[in-house]
Parts: sequence; structure tokens; C-alpha cells
Amino acid sequence: MKNDIILSGVGGQGILSIAATIGLAAVECNLFLKQSEVHGMSQRGGDVQSHLRLSDRPIASDLIPHGRADIIISVEPMESLRYLPWLSDTGWLVTNSSPFINIDDYPPIEEILSEIKKIKNHIIIDADSIAKRIGSLRSGNMVILGAASPFIEIPYHNLENAIRNLFKPKGEEVINLNLKALRAGRDFTGK
Amino acid sequence: MNHNIQKLLLLGDEAVARAAMDAGLSGMYAYPGTPSTEIMEYIQSSAEATERNIHREWSSNEKTAMEAALGMSYAGKRAMVAMKHVGLNVAADGFINSAITGVNGGLIVVAADDPSMHSSQNEQDSRFYAKFAFVPVFEPATQQEAYDMIFDAFELSERYKIPVLFRITTRLAHSRAAVELKLTIPEKKLKLPADQLQFVLLPAIARKRYRALLSTYESLKYDLSISKFNSFTDGSDRRMGVITCGIAYNYLMENFSDSKPDFPVLKITAYPFNKDVFTEITDKCSSVLILEEGYPIVEESLRGILDNGIKIHGRLDGMVPRDGELNPAIVAKALGLSVSAGRDVPEIVRMRPPSFCAGCGHSDMFSAIIEALKSYSPGRVFSDIGCYTLAALPPYDTINSCVDMGASITMAIGASDAGLFPAVAVIGDSTFTHSGMTGLLDAVVKNSPVTIIIGDNSTTGMTGGQKSQATGRIENICLGIGVSRDHLRLITPIRKNFEENVRIIKEEFEYHGVSVIIASRECIQTAIKRKKSRASNELS
Ligand SMILES: Cc1ncc(C[n+]2csc(CCOP(=O)(O)OP(=O)(O)O)c2C)c(N)n1
Repeated sequence: MKNDIILSGVGGQGILSIAATIGLAAVECNLFLKQSEVHGMSQRGGDVQSHLRLSDRPIASDLIPHGRADIIISVEPMESLRYLPWLSDTGWLVTNSSPFINIDDYPPIEEILSEIKKIKNHIIIDADSIAKRIGSLRSGNMVILGAASPFIEIPYHNLENAIRNLFKPKGEEVINLNLKALRAGRDFTGK
Repeated sequence: MNHNIQKLLLLGDEAVARAAMDAGLSGMYAYPGTPSTEIMEYIQSSAEATERNIHREWSSNEKTAMEAALGMSYAGKRAMVAMKHVGLNVAADGFINSAITGVNGGLIVVAADDPSMHSSQNEQDSRFYAKFAFVPVFEPATQQEAYDMIFDAFELSERYKIPVLFRITTRLAHSRAAVELKLTIPEKKLKLPADQLQFVLLPAIARKRYRALLSTYESLKYDLSISKFNSFTDGSDRRMGVITCGIAYNYLMENFSDSKPDFPVLKITAYPFNKDVFTEITDKCSSVLILEEGYPIVEESLRGILDNGIKIHGRLDGMVPRDGELNPAIVAKALGLSVSAGRDVPEIVRMRPPSFCAGCGHSDMFSAIIEALKSYSPGRVFSDIGCYTLAALPPYDTINSCVDMGASITMAIGASDAGLFPAVAVIGDSTFTHSGMTGLLDAVVKNSPVTIIIGDNSTTGMTGGQKSQATGRIENICLGIGVSRDHLRLITPIRKNFEENVRIIKEEFEYHGVSVIIASRECIQTAIKRKKSRASNELS
């Protein structure tokens, strides 16, 4: 088993909580894991990415080779396209549909969405609205992870456990909110 | 996984920090710098480090950190100092001379290199410094090796009484993997050097110690605790052998995830080495490919000046790009393997460069500077390194230099010496106490007509908001250095104060002497963090 995942978004959007959740779940499943993060300069509202690699065998490179990623999980639609050179022919692109606009020349969102739809395996989810409906915009990340979860070879309950562990310091209410968000995303893709 | 052994998911940086703690570290010293920052941060947030009271305060710069670590080593305890690669330039004087004094307690100098310059001004290779200083190097390929090698590095440092350079690069520093922990070693007791003159580098002593260092360096080449980290694996296809240094090994092996290389491979993760390390592979193969992250250091030493041995491929003959970091595809290409490729990035995707955060004081400070500069010709703003360097980008397009930490003030002085008036320096608070204060003294002593604007956000912002040594001290430092009270101006960079700030800045531009304007407003990121942690404290 091997899952190579690119996580993408804009600095400050918190893609690392998605990475941490998958990471904890992978450890619980006794999988090998490498996760490279971008720190520093690019965090100030610039584009950010993380390479997350899971396998039942030791993993060599911290970076995913081009054309080999099984999934792109993006919390921002334009950012999901930036990493297409990594996506394999059969890979899935799972992205939030709400744009994060902090540049003057951000392209029309319809054009971005139509580029995304050119990818055979894609899921476009309005995670912001779903998260708001559940009760907190900040759980949008977990909605997107939920939407991507059917393509990650980790049992769903391990992802749930990871959320319980990750948010334990923040209390029961936050845990439940994030579990609900994960479920909402999962159901969206399941439909 | 074996549950008797404790395993943690750690960044390369964290693995280095955790290992040092487990190996009996007594003092951690550092100045922040990507990709090294998380080493100190891990220790600062560790309950165990607090309990043991391991030293874990930031230093003013890499030189003060290096020297304090050497002082801890002098007193017989294990010390580590960490910095980004360019930090080693700042610490170089202490680093190179620490090889000549030698150490007492084990001393590890961690340099985190940033090939491809993800967040740096250059991609210098710290292994070069080690050779220059005659110091051994460990260059782990994985988080686990990083953890394990720290123990060996301390041991080697104490056995040979020599500092050890620990070289990591961005991809290892900022990548997380499971690390198996070892049994911990207790901290050392205070014990001064047996020879009271060991650290006194008077020429007569230094000459002796230097000769001893040269002979130590020769012995190191044959020491098992270094050579055991350089391993040879034979293969039947002898047309081309491959030599990897550090994490280059991972990129090689990535191309063989379902198989094994059928050619000989020499994996190097420790230096210095003797000739025999290479003869095994060079005797067997008709050519070799060298894969190293950074400069072609091993490649150059193998080629020598005459370059008349076996055929050598690498960065120097173009088989591997001359600059930038390696990756699996670069290695595949060099080996003549097929390179996988995905789709192209669609044309509509726009660049998204970093920018000032909403609510950042620097942006209001620059709005006022831009307005105040309107009556002068462009090209007179010397800046420095920090979040405020973003003013080089649109819509600000204001600054004309960013060279090394502290260079804003000193370059403004030099330009004013040449006749540029007004000459303006813009520098951050942490950069000011890192390397700006001495430049300010130069300006004061000769009364240079420069205007120095200190963007004081009370934190080391660019690297993620570490404590700044400058906080609450800048005004008194400037007065103490000799800036005149009348030309030490305090402003608050908020929109409401725009007109007044422009007026003050203009007044100081016109003054023919040293002016300092301190523009103080808390970093919006640290303000948010502070409010959050206060809220959660009130809840609990
Ligand atoms: C010699 C050296 N050490 C460390 C760094 C990393 N670095 C770049 S900017 C910066 C922080 C600057 O902080 P400050 O001057 O307060 O400005 P701010 O980012 O807060 O605006 C650091 C530590 C560097 N580039 N060079």
C-alpha cells in the first residue's frame, strides 16, 4: 500500500492540521510516514504545500516525485491547480471551492473550476458553507479531509481517533465539531 | 511496530533537538533562522527541558550563541548551537577558532542549509566551513539517522576534544517521520579543562594547538566512529557507480522503490574520509556519479585539479544541475531512467507571493516612508532582512537593498560617505540587536547624515514570532550608543497617525546627522497568539 498526498493552500489556512490528522492516523495503523512541510518566508499569505507519504514499506524520499501523487487535497481552488505536475494520471483532486483572494489578479473562479473539472477524478466541495452550517468556519479543513477520506487507504475510524487525539487539549466540543465536519465531507463524496 | 520502544513523529529539526536532550544536553543556544528554528523551539516547549533546566534562551545572534555554547563546553557540559547556514558566517570567527581551542564538554554546531533558497539569500554549503576549520561533519539522510548520529557526534567531540558540525538541509529539517528513541544519558557535571591555557589562543599556544588539530583531522579520517557512517553496497552492473552524500541517498533510492540498484552505491554521511573509502567503488567501476545536496565538494575533491582519474559525473559536468536542490527526477535523469511527469500547471494559475499580513504595522510604516520620500529621487532606502523586506515587492517597491543582517545601517553610512543625502536605513528590531547596533555606533562616532528607521514589532516576525532581544530596550540602546535625544523619534505606525508620521520622517530626512526613528506596533500575529493564550488561561 502506498498513498502519496499533496496538501495545498495559502499560508495561514492551516493545511498542517490536515497533515497532522492523517499523520496520527497513519501511525495508529503502523504505516511508514514522511511529511514535508514548508515553513518560513512563504507563510505570509503565499502559497504553501506539504508532501505527505504513507506506505506499508519504508519510504525513501521526503518529496513526492512528479506525476506520482495519488491525491491532491487543497483548501483553496487555484492552489489545487498549482500542483498538477505532481498528480498521477489516475490520481484524485479534492478541493475546496471557496477562493482565498489576496492578490489583485486572481482569475475568475468559474475559469478555475472549469480547469479543475478537466481532471477526470475530481471532487469540488464548498467546505466553507458546510463548515459554517455545522457551526464553525474553522472546521472547513476537516470537511475537506472528510471529502478526500475515501481515497486515503486508512480506515475511517482511525481518522476519527486522530481527531480525538489532536483536539483533546481543546475539549469535547471542539472534538465533536471536527468529527461532524469530517463526516459531512465524507458523506458529500459518498453521495 | 514494537511497542516497547518509544517512537515519536518528529521533524528532522525536532529529532536533532530530542536526541541532544536524550544525550545529556545541558545548554542549547541559537538565533532563529529557517530551516533551523524548530530545534530551539522543540527544547523550549519541552516539559522535560524545563524540569532539567536545560539552558534554552535565544541569543542575540549566531556569534553570541556559538560563543556561549563554547563557554558551556569549557565548563565540561554538553552544548549545542543551531543556526541557518548564513548564520554560520556570523558565527564563523568563533566556530573556526573553537576548532583550535578544542572543546571540553561535547559541542555540536548545527547548520541548516537551504539549497534552492526557499527562504534565504544564498545556498552556501556548510560542509565547506567544516573543511576550512578542520572539523568533522555528520550529514544524516533521515530523521532516524539525525537522532542516532547526535549521540555519536557528542561522543566523538569529547573523545577528540573537537567541535562537530552537524549539517542538515531544508527537506530533512522540515520533514516529519517516525523516530525510535534511545536510552537517555545523564548530563555531565561541571568540570573545567585540565589545561588552564587550552582556550588561550596566544600565538605560541595557537601554533601548537593548530598542529595538534591538523593531526587530529588526519586521525579522524581513519576513525571507525566516522567511517561506519559511510557504507558501500556492491552491485553487478559496474559501468557506473553512484556516490551519495546526505539526503541525496533518499532521492536515489526513491527511483528503486520496487527493486534494488544493481550498480555499486557508496553512501556518505560523515566526514572527513580517507582515500580507501572511495577506492572500493572507483576500482570496481569505470565511472561514478556523485549526488550531493549543495556544492560539488566531494566531486571536486575526487576530481582534483588534474581530473585524470576515472570518469566522474556530477554537478561539474552538467549531469546534475550546477545549482539548486536535488529531487528524485534529477537523479532519474542522471541515471538515464524514465522520469515521470504530471500535467502542466494551467496558465490561469497566478503567482501568490508572500505579503504583509492584514493589520501589520510595517505596511503603515512604509506608507509613511513612501510619502516622505516623494520629494527625493529614488534609490536611497537600504533595508535589511525580515518581514519588512516584503516592501521590495509591489505595491510598495520601496527598498533598494537586502544583503545580510545589519547591512542596512552600514550601507546607508557608506552611501552617505559617498555623498548620498538623505540616506535611509530600514531595519527590524531583532535585526537591530542582531547586527545593527555596532553599525549605529559607527554612524554616531562620525555623525553620519543617515536616517535609521527601526520597524519595532516586538518580535522576530519572519521566522515565526520568536522572542526579540530588542523588546523594550531599543530607545535606551540608541541613547546609550550616543544618538541625540532630539533626533531619536518615536512613532506609532497606524493609519490615523499617517500625516504626523510623514512630517516626522521628513524632518529627520533633512537633518545632517544621525537620526533614529523607532516605529513601534506589535506584530499582528504575535498579538493574536498572545490574546488566544490569555483567553485560554482565563478559561482554565
Ligand atoms: C545571519 C542570519 N540569521 C538569521 C536569519 C533569518 N532571519 C531572517 S529575517 C529574521 C528576523 C528578523 O526579525 P526582525 O528584524 O525583528 O523583523 P520582522 O521580521 O519581525 O519584521 C531572521 C531571524 C538570516 N537571514 N540571517
